[in-house]
Amino acid sequence: MKIAVCVKEVPDSAAPRRIDPATMRLDRSGEGALNPWDLSAVEEALRLVEAQGGEVVCVSMAPERAAASLRKALAMGADRTVLVSDPVLAGSDLVATSLVLATALEREEADLVLFGQQGADSDGAVLWAAVADRLRLPLVSQAASLEVADGRVRVKRQTEYGYDRIEAPMPCVVAVSDAINEPRYPSLKGIMGAKKKPQEILSATDLGLSDADVGESGSGTTVIALNPPPPRGDSLVIEDDGAAADRIVEYLVEKKLL
Amino acid sequence: MGRCLVFVEHAAGEAQKPSLGVLAKAASLFDDVVACLIGQGVRELAAELGAHGAATVYVADAPELADPLPQPRVDVLAGVLETSGADTVLFAGSVLASDVAAGLAARAGGGLNWDLTDVRVDDGQLVGRRPALQDSVLVDCGWKATPRIGLVRSGTFEPAPGGGGAPEIVDVPVALEDFSTRATMVDRELARSEGPAIDEAEVIVAGGRGLASPDNFGLVESLAEALGGAVAATRAVVDAGWYPYSTQVGQTGKTVAPKLYVACGISGAIQHKVGMQGAGTIVAINKDKNAPIFDYCDLGVVGDLFEIVPKLTELVRARKA
Ligand SMILES: Cc1cc2nc3c(=O)[nH]c(=O)nc-3n(C[C@H](O)[C@H](O)[C@H](O)COP(=O)(O)OP(=O)(O)OC[C@H]3O[C@@H](n4cnc5c(N)ncnc54)[C@H](O)[C@@H]3O)c2cc1C
Ligand SMILES: Nc1ncnc2c1ncn2[C@@H]1O[C@H](COP(=O)(O)O)[C@@H](O)[C@H]1O
Repeated sequence: MKIAVCVKEVPDSAAPRRIDPATMRLDRSGEGALNPWDLSAVEEALRLVEAQGGEVVCVSMAPERAAASLRKALAMGADRTVLVSDPVLAGSDLVATSLVLATALEREEADLVLFGQQGADSDGAVLWAAVADRLRLPLVSQAASLEVADGRVRVKRQTEYGYDRIEAPMPCVVAVSDAINEPRYPSLKGIMGAKKKPQEILSATDLGLSDADVGESGSGTTVIALNPPPPRGDSLVIEDDGAAADRIVEYLVEKKLL
Repeated sequence: MGRCLVFVEHAAGEAQKPSLGVLAKAASLFDDVVACLIGQGVRELAAELGAHGAATVYVADAPELADPLPQPRVDVLAGVLETSGADTVLFAGSVLASDVAAGLAARAGGGLNWDLTDVRVDDGQLVGRRPALQDSVLVDCGWKATPRIGLVRSGTFEPAPGGGGAPEIVDVPVALEDFSTRATMVDRELARSEGPAIDEAEVIVAGGRGLASPDNFGLVESLAEALGGAVAATRAVVDAGWYPYSTQVGQTGKTVAPKLYVACGISGAIQHKVGMQGAGTIVAINKDKNAPIFDYCDLGVVGDLFEIVPKLTELVRARKA
């Protein structure tokens, strides 16, 4: 079984996140990391392949420096990465990104395409549906559990109304929820081994994409303005020095909540 | 400004309130608003949509649309876009609507803006507002291609019945793509309202994945008991089967507004935040100082909940004794 996992690079959780007012795009100049939500998708792919045999390839669209973040997936056990990287892709919105990823995925002809729950930078949580439509493949999102047997996937997932059980034949697209598993930490051996695994980098031209369909020109949305959020009340964050419980009680008493 | 199409979600024979809210908003912005109902046995809901602002209701009523799956709905909406000539399509955000909206965006080639907490018209242009990066910036976003597709954060707009009269009803032919019908619903477990009620609680102690195992929910339960409150949970732990769905707070769970919300081992993802940001006071205990919840709690403690929560429970008990 061949599993393609779509993963993205996001600003590291410790790095400040901001939209650059000059470009109206996310400032990606700081430290990057593999999107934490995508680790669950990588983990699920690895478990399936460990049990049933096959290959795990991670597919991403990002600037070239993201190759370093993708290495984490290799260290966890993925076999190779495909990074679509090209200056013309900058500013791609959901529709343009879905075209780039779908085109890269077409070359892979994977049995199963996995997505993570959401981008830590975008909280979009919808990209898979656009990709599935372009690939003309069945889609199941928000998978809290995933079974693969007899060429079919069985998914349990939560909606506003309760739980659904959905089945689909492979090839298909599944977006997993973060509850699906506990992602492993890469082992030292995994980290060393990752350096030798293939990391392919493709340009938009390699994929036969025309400039008009990607990047800003292929995007139907724009950012018009950035506004500060409404002011919040004061938020006090303290480190536990052993007396945090006392501090909480004092605070609750002060607020007349206790 | 053209014609606005609103996708109306329904469940158990009722049009959903968030969709009716979006319909009301659309009616306040556009002169020409139409709605679309997709499912089985949904025709009778059409009349009601007139009162909520739809002049025309496109109805796709067929057995193959009975299950709330997204891909057949993309097929239907793509057809309705053509016949109706709509150039804006608005959805109330939901698990189903998100997948439908994104599929439609890929199919119809317009632009999709999501998680909108406002939609307005500025100089004849549609503008959406989206809180981004953990609500640290409010982005005004626009569309430069049609259809303009927008997903509105659930519960943002209130329905305003009493507007229009009986709508024109247009039956839509149902022709589904082969790939759209391959995912099938095997079974649905509709949420039961049994289980502890958290909606009315004045104090809520909520537990997340930081509790590390279902057994540790006892810590949260003891603190809740000491404070005289109810226990709530995140989707991550509900999905994992640690705690019942009826206690879940957030986008696909409940929206609560207690006086006090104590979050233990909860990262504070945006989908959790939307369900509890109305709490009077939010206290968070999390060992990761970069957890998003520290951006919006009133009192945050960076520390190990396994140390802090039992001590806190003892102190509260002692105080109350
Ligand atoms: C469409 C959709 C709908 C959703 N609906 C909901 C919803 O209704 N409700 C909801 O909650 N989520 C919802 N989510 C999921 C949401 O995005 C998050 O995945 C979820 O809220 C995370 O739950 P968590 O905080 O328990 O887990 P995590 O994000 O894993 O956080 C666990 C936290 O515990 C901390 N921790 C670990 N150990 C300790 C310790 N010993 N002491 C202190 N802290 C510790 C960690 O630092 C971490 O921050 C939805 C997502 C999507 C895409
Ligand atoms: N640029 C990208 N390259 C590859 N996968 C992506 C990219 N952006 C998003 N994804 C995938 O889509 C999911 C949802 O991301 P988002 O739409 O940004 O919330 C992520 O968890 C990834 O699996």
